[in-house]
Amino acid sequence: MKNNTGGVPVSYRLAVASRVLAAVLGGYVLTSLVSICVALSLPMARSEAVLVSLMTSFVFYLLAILWCFACRSAGRAWAGMALPSLVLAAIWGVMAGTVGA
Amino acid sequence: MKEGFRQSMSWLHTWAGLIFGWLLFAIFLTGTLSYFKEEINHWAKPEVPVRSLDTAASLALAQGYLQVHASGSPRWFINVPDAREPVLRVGWQDPGKPGRAGFMRKNLDPQTGAEVQARESRGGDFFYRFHFELQMGYPWGRWLSSIAAMVMFVGLISGIIVHKKLFKEFFTFRPGKGQRSWLDGHNALGVLVLPFHLMITYSSLVIFMTMVMPASIVSAYGDNTQALFKEMFPARDTPAPAGQPAPLVSLPSLYAQFEREQPGARLGRVEVLQAGDVNARVVMSRHNGDQVSTAVGAARTFDGVSGKRLDSGTATAPMVQASGTFYGLHMGQFAGPWLRWGYFLFGLGGTAIIGTGLIMWLGKRQLKHAKSGVQPMELRLVEVLNIASMAGLLLAIVSFLWANRLLPSTLLGRSDWEINSFFLMWGLALVHAALRPGRKAWAEQLAAGAILYALLPVLNGLTTDRGLWRSIPRGDWAMAGVDLTALATGLVLAWSLHRLHLKTRQPARRTLRTARTAEPIGTVLEGDAR
Repeated sequence: MKNNTGGVPVSYRLAVASRVLAAVLGGYVLTSLVSICVALSLPMARSEAVLVSLMTSFVFYLLAILWCFACRSAGRAWAGMALPSLVLAAIWGVMAGTVGA
Repeated sequence: MKEGFRQSMSWLHTWAGLIFGWLLFAIFLTGTLSYFKEEINHWAKPEVPVRSLDTAASLALAQGYLQVHASGSPRWFINVPDAREPVLRVGWQDPGKPGRAGFMRKNLDPQTGAEVQARESRGGDFFYRFHFELQMGYPWGRWLSSIAAMVMFVGLISGIIVHKKLFKEFFTFRPGKGQRSWLDGHNALGVLVLPFHLMITYSSLVIFMTMVMPASIVSAYGDNTQALFKEMFPARDTPAPAGQPAPLVSLPSLYAQFEREQPGARLGRVEVLQAGDVNARVVMSRHNGDQVSTAVGAARTFDGVSGKRLDSGTATAPMVQASGTFYGLHMGQFAGPWLRWGYFLFGLGGTAIIGTGLIMWLGKRQLKHAKSGVQPMELRLVEVLNIASMAGLLLAIVSFLWANRLLPSTLLGRSDWEINSFFLMWGLALVHAALRPGRKAWAEQLAAGAILYALLPVLNGLTTDRGLWRSIPRGDWAMAGVDLTALATGLVLAWSLHRLHLKTRQPARRTLRTARTAEPIGTVLEGDAR
């Protein structure tokens, strides 16, 4: 973005918008999944584990957002949100299955 | 974003700060005022008499009043007077009208027990509610302020990454050098109040965490998310009425017991359940100035007829305690006068950091267009919003206080008109900033602010019998404090106006030269954030 005093190419603007979406929405989904797994896996009373997951969630969200703006491309930003989300969703599925069974 | 980690963080810091800066400025400034919510409430209702504090006598009066006016009510609340807000507040649920509409509130004179006929005003509560609800309906304002808090969190951490040489920069303040001084001031303030900022921003997220991060609650509790709160705060034994009348125990005698069991504890609030029934309960909570955490299980429950203690004070679970501590740290209710002023000054520091950031964003870009003299549309937009969100907000706040003294007490919807005058003035300031050239708009709004703030104590002295010459000898520091703070604000605004004039008279060349010869410290921001 250096030396771009006037016309910034449309592709650049789209890439920024894509990163913002990855950070705000992708980051939120990832954070939610982290907090679900934290709440379900901590060996303490249910309400206590949920409170830990809530209080730590903002740090995870922060890290996700910083990642989205620090990595080299918007594609990587999305990948950085999607892959861990899939892994966490799978862990959640397994944990919910064992709890239910 | 392409150039490396610190550059990408600088980009994020700059743009997140710009887009949310105006809103965050308003949230920080009204939040800072809220540390003196009780004092502003007291200022806003000068009819409330100042009495010496006598908790036992207050309780007797409140009990007498409620037995006459609220018999048959399932719930009474009594807030005993304290030094910050010396009024006896009672409330009760009207048995005929369930829900919020049936909740009655009255202010009583703590010496006579008579209802205080005070002007209708939201007082400090207006700034407090605005700080997190932004005058929007539930829950939109809370969501927007939580989003702003998250942006602030991102802005703080990215700012720390950009300025990794924190302490070196803290000792690098070069005043009187235009753009360079703004950056130095921004950095010095940022480092000085950094622990406060981290605490206040993170704790603001904790306050609404169950609303904004519901995923883990839903996954753990399913449909019954309310169960979380029941587990956090094990339900107090709320009795059903037996339908058998019995006289309520004397509250002053229960207070004597409360004092005996917890020497040195201050009483804050009394809740009476099913008064007049054989199943009545009295819950006495400690004053919220007695502990940091808002979740301490320090309430004592008594049988409402015999006066026997019913619980031993349930222990609070560690994480409930932790989140309650963050909540309490944010609210600062525990703070004594010195710490409270610390909160206030740190809050102003936070407000100033946001303000200096906004001014720098613009100043840096305006420099590039200084030669041609033509300002692009978007810079003009930022300039107008900067003026209206900073100088304009200061004007809006002082208009609220002026309206409080000038609106007739008989006016229908009086407290709404106070709020309207706040927003009308803010809107006017926006229009004014859009119509006038930038520097003139700043100067005129600062001048208007300086006059209105500095004259507020005069207005107070003319319209009430609580002017400074009366409040100070009487030791009514809540009243005098608001007046004196307004006066100080007026003087600070006059000083900034003076600085602005000095700068206007200097040739623009000098500012340009300073910018070019600027030392490389902090150049990441300078170079990249364009």
